[in-house]
Amino acid sequence: MSASALTLRSTKALREWAPALVVAIAVIGGWQGAIAAFDIQQFLLPKPSNIAAALWDDRGTLWPAGWYTFKEALGGFALGSCLGVLFALIVARFERVGAALMPIAIAGNAVPIIAFAPIFNAWFDPLEPTSKMAIAGVLCFFPVLVNTLRGLQSVRPQQIELMRAYAAGEIAIYRRVRIPTALPYIFTSLKIASVLAMIGAVVGEYFGGSFDALGVLIRSDAQILDFVTAWAGIVVASVLGITLYLAVAIAERIFVRWAPGGRDV
Amino acid sequence: MTEPTTVVSVSGVTKTFPRGNVTALQDINLDLGAGEFISLIGPSGCGKSTLLRVIGDLVEPTSGSVTINGKSAHQARTDRDYGIVFQDAVLFDWRTVSKNIELPLEMLGWDRPKRRTRVAEMLALVELTGFGDHHPWQLSGGMQQRVSIARALAFEPALLLMDEPFGALDEMTRERLNLELLSIWQQLQSTVVFVTHSISEAVFLSTRVVVMSPRPGRIAGIVDIDLPGPRSVETREDPRFFELVTEVRELLRMRGEHLLPEEEAAVAGEDA
Repeated sequence: MSASALTLRSTKALREWAPALVVAIAVIGGWQGAIAAFDIQQFLLPKPSNIAAALWDDRGTLWPAGWYTFKEALGGFALGSCLGVLFALIVARFERVGAALMPIAIAGNAVPIIAFAPIFNAWFDPLEPTSKMAIAGVLCFFPVLVNTLRGLQSVRPQQIELMRAYAAGEIAIYRRVRIPTALPYIFTSLKIASVLAMIGAVVGEYFGGSFDALGVLIRSDAQILDFVTAWAGIVVASVLGITLYLAVAIAERIFVRWAPGGRDV
Repeated sequence: MTEPTTVVSVSGVTKTFPRGNVTALQDINLDLGAGEFISLIGPSGCGKSTLLRVIGDLVEPTSGSVTINGKSAHQARTDRDYGIVFQDAVLFDWRTVSKNIELPLEMLGWDRPKRRTRVAEMLALVELTGFGDHHPWQLSGGMQQRVSIARALAFEPALLLMDEPFGALDEMTRERLNLELLSIWQQLQSTVVFVTHSISEAVFLSTRVVVMSPRPGRIAGIVDIDLPGPRSVETREDPRFFELVTEVRELLRMRGEHLLPEEEAAVAGEDA
């Protein structure tokens, strides 16, 4: 790529991101100004500048804690998503299994799984990352399952007829038609799952966990009324959540490059 | 009327769909010689697409049998003896034009250099050289259908099954692709079974036109098309062309193409 093309691309990127950036700066600026103007108590809403200061001062505890929680989220994300895709493949392949299990899976999808967090802490050692991975994993599982299945089933009948005309077996049809068709659906669900995984890990930690974990840190800071540090912890959680989401979005761009509308994150 | 070699032989084929107890095909007998271009024409519901699928072993006949090159239709499909083109191009969006054409070659286990060479030849044949790296959605409907034809022909099947391949295209594109298809057919010497709604298209392309009537689907008559070849734009202005078009139309009309539903039911009642 030539230098001019690169500049062109970065100018274009800048133009795309500029509106969002302006809004973000305006919101933070307005927040900072409003606290001074309306004399809002620190424990209700701290100043962004104070949060930034806390982020810097406590960087030695916040970021390692964030990393600890991020690993839990990542583990749960990987586990839940893989099982979701695998389960969808089985359900799509064997209709009877699907008829027996899908209503349960759809019902399961509607259950507020996060409510199970204390119970998961009882099932697994609450001080080990396993319990949080389990919550994150269950949260990820259902949307991935439902979306992947819909993708696998949205193949046009003529595509299957064409493959049969080429004497393709079930495996070839899955490899060459069903899975590629499902790929955009899978990535949509993985983006949802990436957000849910971080929520699962942090909320799981609110119900108890290792002192190395971000959720525990946020909760204990809030209990001793150190809301500035709690907010800083939330910022760390958000940054890590966004990072995971972006990683999935980038993977999507690489794997689903062919899609006609595959240009938006 | 015995052809030197019979490529497709349909004997006593009946197809009943259990749902609604519809007889899509009733006692169809038809032989296709090597190098023939046969059109199946008839109103919707006459079973022409079903007959094409029975020949391709995509639909199992209720009774009767189909042989292709002396083998059962199932064996012929397993041996990949035919190529197929549908009304929609049925291209895979995640594959480029070249990769779409390569698909049957991949399934046949051809190695990459051999596939590449053939794809280049096929692109030239359907006049799409230079579009190999495009994705299907970047092409017009007519171009997509040409890719689909190239894919069907890529492994040089002796038999080509086409289910209303130009049905979704505008008249001008359709006429141009008719000419292209004829020139490809002459080059490759393949046998073609072509399903269509259009009388003029059937007469223009075929060596024989099989007119089908609906409910139950059966052969109403076969018209031999004795137009001189190679056919060209002028063929459509030949007086003989009009005579043949009229002959096919009469056969269709006799069999109630333009009847109202209740009249159709009455005719079906008489038949039964």
